[in-house]
Amino acid sequence: MSIITAKDLCLWYGATQALKNINIEIPERSITALIGPSGCGKSTFLKTLNRMNDLIPSVRIEGTVTYGGQDIFAPSVDVNDLRKEIGMVFQKPNPFPMSIYDNIAYGPRTHGIKNKIQLDDIVEEALQGAAIWDEVKDRLKKSALGLSGGQQQRLCIARAMAVKPKVLLMDEPTSALDPISTSKIEDLTQQLKKDYTIIMVTHNMQQAVRISDNTAFFLLGELVEFGDTEQMFSQPQDKRTEDYITGRFG
Amino acid sequence: MRNLFDSQLNTLHRKLIEMGSACETAIDLAVKALLEGNADIAHEAASHDREIDQMERDIEAICLKMLLQQQPVARDLRQISAAMKIITDMERIGDQAEDIGEIVPFLNGRTGVECEDIRLMAETAQQMVRSSIDAYVNQDMALVKKVISMDDIVDDAFDRTKETLIHMISSNREDGQYCLDLLMIAKYLERIGDHATNIAEWVEFSITGQHAKEE
Repeated sequence: MSIITAKDLCLWYGATQALKNINIEIPERSITALIGPSGCGKSTFLKTLNRMNDLIPSVRIEGTVTYGGQDIFAPSVDVNDLRKEIGMVFQKPNPFPMSIYDNIAYGPRTHGIKNKIQLDDIVEEALQGAAIWDEVKDRLKKSALGLSGGQQQRLCIARAMAVKPKVLLMDEPTSALDPISTSKIEDLTQQLKKDYTIIMVTHNMQQAVRISDNTAFFLLGELVEFGDTEQMFSQPQDKRTEDYITGRFG
Repeated sequence: MRNLFDSQLNTLHRKLIEMGSACETAIDLAVKALLEGNADIAHEAASHDREIDQMERDIEAICLKMLLQQQPVARDLRQISAAMKIITDMERIGDQAEDIGEIVPFLNGRTGVECEDIRLMAETAQQMVRSSIDAYVNQDMALVKKVISMDDIVDDAFDRTKETLIHMISSNREDGQYCLDLLMIAKYLERIGDHATNIAEWVEFSITGQHAKEE
């Protein structure tokens, strides 16, 4: 079952076309890796999925993206509601300069939850879900900025999960992390995909092979190939995919 | 961009050619020992087997190093994993050439002259080994098909050899031991043909990502 579907999606930054006729169906409760050389459009595509590109004035979009059958660009769609359903985790951990607890409670509070006991539950559940609870449970009131990079990134994943999204977009979530933290985040994604759909941009081919179910290869704004990860990394169908993943260009 | 990797792949290809050529030489010596009834040459075939065993370990080490350092994908991954399977078959070919060499001293100077098909099997098997390695290095599908079809020549020659040997035993029971030894030699050559076919099938996998269809 696909949860997000893009049809003939084109996107321009001013006169520059960054996405060209993207057609893709992202399967639910699985991990989809987006790969491709820098500037190929994969991050643009990721950001389009929860309308983060709306913030850039010169952007023009054609084609459709549906989430659960609903057009995400329809005038009736509230962007805040969309981003509650489709959360984002960035390349560089970006905790808010506040306590660990308040980082997680921030989202639920903005959506109107004020009850302390309810918030406590949400915070614990999110931190448990992001596999960081045991490391921070005794210092929830301390600043999140005191955490290590890997902990901060898991905190950001917990923060994204606190508003109970269905989809998590991750833009190179481990590229700034050491191998141990990377491995913790990778393990976490395997847990999360039971309940969430994860779409992840990565420059690390081995990471795509290790953790993703499907891989999409972007090149010069086009979606060159999309399919089962194991298949793509053992028998890519398109020569451009083969050349990229074997390091012949990029 | 991938100079180191390409130079490692070239080394791997060169070593595989060397190992393939050592296998050809081992078959050549074993068969020469038989045809000339020469036990000294038979010993030489055995010494080649030790060299082939060492080559297998060297190539295996190169493959493991490439897997570790380069984490290959797609065709690169298939070529390296195929190489690791191919050397196992080549090592068996070396063993079987040695096995033939070990039988020769027990033939008391007789040369299997009665069985022309044994010579045909040996020549065909050698050509199969050489072509299968060429097919790997040049990623040549046509050559793969040729090697696989050549196995029929070896198998048919083996069947005829059995007929000849049955006939020899029934006409002269005292030749029983000699004929059984020749049968063993023919069987080893038939197995060498099978291993060369396996190599060709792994080459097919490295080119297409698919295993040869069972006929």
